[in-house]
Amino acid sequence: MEMNIVEALNSALREEMRRDKRVMVLGEDVGIDGGVFRVTDGLLKEFGEERVVDTPLAESGIMGASVGLALNGMKPVAEMQFDGFFWPAFDQLISHASRYRNRTQGRYSCPVVVRFPVGGGVRALEHHAESYEAIYAHVPGVKVAYPSGPYDAKGMLKAAIRDPDPVVFMEHKKLYRAFKEEIPEKEYVVPLGKGKLVEEGDDLTVVSWGAMMLVAKKASKLVREKGVGCDVIDLRSISPMDDKLVADSVEKTGRLVVVQEGHRSFGAAAELIARMNDKAFLHLKAPPTRVTGFDVPFPFYKMENWYLPDTDRVVKAMRSVLKY
Amino acid sequence: MALVDDFDPLKGKMLQILDKGGKVVAPKLEPKLPAELLKKIYYTMVLSRLADDRFLKLQRGGRIGTFAPSVGQEAAQAGSAAALENDDWTVHSFREQAAYLFRGLPLEKIILYFGGDARGNRIPDGMNVLPMAVPVATQVLHAVGIAWAAKAKKEKSAVMCYFGDGATSEGDFYEGLNFAGVMKAPVVFVCQNNQYAISVPRGKQTAAKTLAQKSIACGFPGIQVDGNDALAMYAACREAVERARSGGGPTLIEAYTYRMWMHTTADDPKKYRSSQEEEEWKGKDPIKRMRNYLAGKGIWSEEFEKETQQKALAEIDKAVKAAEAITPPKPDDLFDYMFAEITPELAGQKAYLKKALAEREIEEEQPEIKGGFP
Repeated sequence: MEMNIVEALNSALREEMRRDKRVMVLGEDVGIDGGVFRVTDGLLKEFGEERVVDTPLAESGIMGASVGLALNGMKPVAEMQFDGFFWPAFDQLISHASRYRNRTQGRYSCPVVVRFPVGGGVRALEHHAESYEAIYAHVPGVKVAYPSGPYDAKGMLKAAIRDPDPVVFMEHKKLYRAFKEEIPEKEYVVPLGKGKLVEEGDDLTVVSWGAMMLVAKKASKLVREKGVGCDVIDLRSISPMDDKLVADSVEKTGRLVVVQEGHRSFGAAAELIARMNDKAFLHLKAPPTRVTGFDVPFPFYKMENWYLPDTDRVVKAMRSVLKY
Repeated sequence: MALVDDFDPLKGKMLQILDKGGKVVAPKLEPKLPAELLKKIYYTMVLSRLADDRFLKLQRGGRIGTFAPSVGQEAAQAGSAAALENDDWTVHSFREQAAYLFRGLPLEKIILYFGGDARGNRIPDGMNVLPMAVPVATQVLHAVGIAWAAKAKKEKSAVMCYFGDGATSEGDFYEGLNFAGVMKAPVVFVCQNNQYAISVPRGKQTAAKTLAQKSIACGFPGIQVDGNDALAMYAACREAVERARSGGGPTLIEAYTYRMWMHTTADDPKKYRSSQEEEEWKGKDPIKRMRNYLAGKGIWSEEFEKETQQKALAEIDKAVKAAEAITPPKPDDLFDYMFAEITPELAGQKAYLKKALAEREIEEEQPEIKGGFP
């Protein structure tokens, strides 16, 4: 069956809630409204108010209560309404959810999934367009998933719900209804921490995730027409990061461009490039480079296309790496 | 006796001066406002309502982005802002067209803001008004800090802080109220209880009977006010502002009102509330109520209404024109306001972007954004 990301996520939640009675969904407007992007649409009807909970408007409350729910045997799937509203909950993530297993030397764990819409390019208001995967991934003890299409979104959300540890699950708004993919009838799970080689080529490795995969693939197509073949890798999980997949590719191509929507400095692209220094340095034919958002808050929408990496900027980066 | 003593939220009392027909039901409490001020309150309410009407058309036509309409809350906003002096501060959430307009923020700024132009947030010099705070309740603490500073500097200004019913669930709200009580900060918290935080009704935000009573645990008074009654809002806020200014500390005012339209242009209220409920609240429309009151005072007439509407529509036309005629933003604008002095890294990023735009070879196709954006 063909589904967009919203439908794929909805079906993942449904399947997991049917499979495991401990799974519950909580957040602002997730019940009767079905979530502001309709990801939880219809869940209230099927599973009732005890498992699909419209909470008070309080992100720290949602996250902190999820920690407690998880400590006492539930499997909370918490929704933050928007990326930009995460921060009151961040304290609970960095201070507790991420630490409980380690703090108690394995006695307790916090299998919380916190999912939320991220990313820009949709003419949104302030605080509705962030891509802060690097901040979440910087927290030890947290896994960060950032799928780019319906198939992966469904399989990865199921993996996240079954994961024994806290998972931050990022859903790009621009991709929610952008396209559909075939979703198998048969149940499947896409493991966290595994990237995916989506195109093959010998000259250059391009790595991205989330909505920037569209830009990376467009740029790859354009250079392929000029005879340059790219390995295009969808990182899918920011943490754990599948550096082995990237290193294997870089060993072949010797050249790396990373495309990241988030701010430039101290980002996931920088981390990946540092790991290539460790794992593939002697195979590099050019310094790896990154095309990123800028070190400014995601701008008001009249300026958002300046902020976002585009095909032109990516192709130029590819050329400079090839020319080196 | 102060209003906050007579209208104890724990005893289920709510301040109302005008009934829903605009008749004075509490003559002793009626503030004797000069005709000019009454006219200004009414004009602001009408302007805000007509501006929301126009914004909706602009949004549907793709000329501005998502916005949060204030329809139904005009009395709660204009009535409260009217209690302030020029030097006082207002600290805002994102659904406050009437409050902003009463304070003198040019309508053009609001259109720019919802039109995705950062210059909408450039508040004109000389106004003690903050831009919209989108993350719910975060601004409550800023209001307390501003009030605290006013007290530290021995200034006489007071601060009015706006937020909604949903905000009262956030930690920042409780921390803000608690700080204000401890610091005896000259701040008036105006909670516009419009009954819904998007789809979640007020009854699901708190098990408490009123929001006004939430001040009590912080050691200062709270009062529930009919938020569709501009006179009651004025009276309660004026008393609170005077208390703040004279060193009496903060007050929480719960304006009991209704969001007559959608949360934002991407929301569909039919999903979570009945048309019967909406109809009931239409009968309590704050603008009609004020109109009837002004008619009783001999201020309102058909002719006056026509003039008011014409004046408001002309102001809206002018603001839309000005907002749409503004020069496009520059790439520099992304970087130039990050620090007082730009850092070397940012200067490099700015130069890179300008070069990339100047030498652009591939135009990005912008795919249509499908689906609602809340």
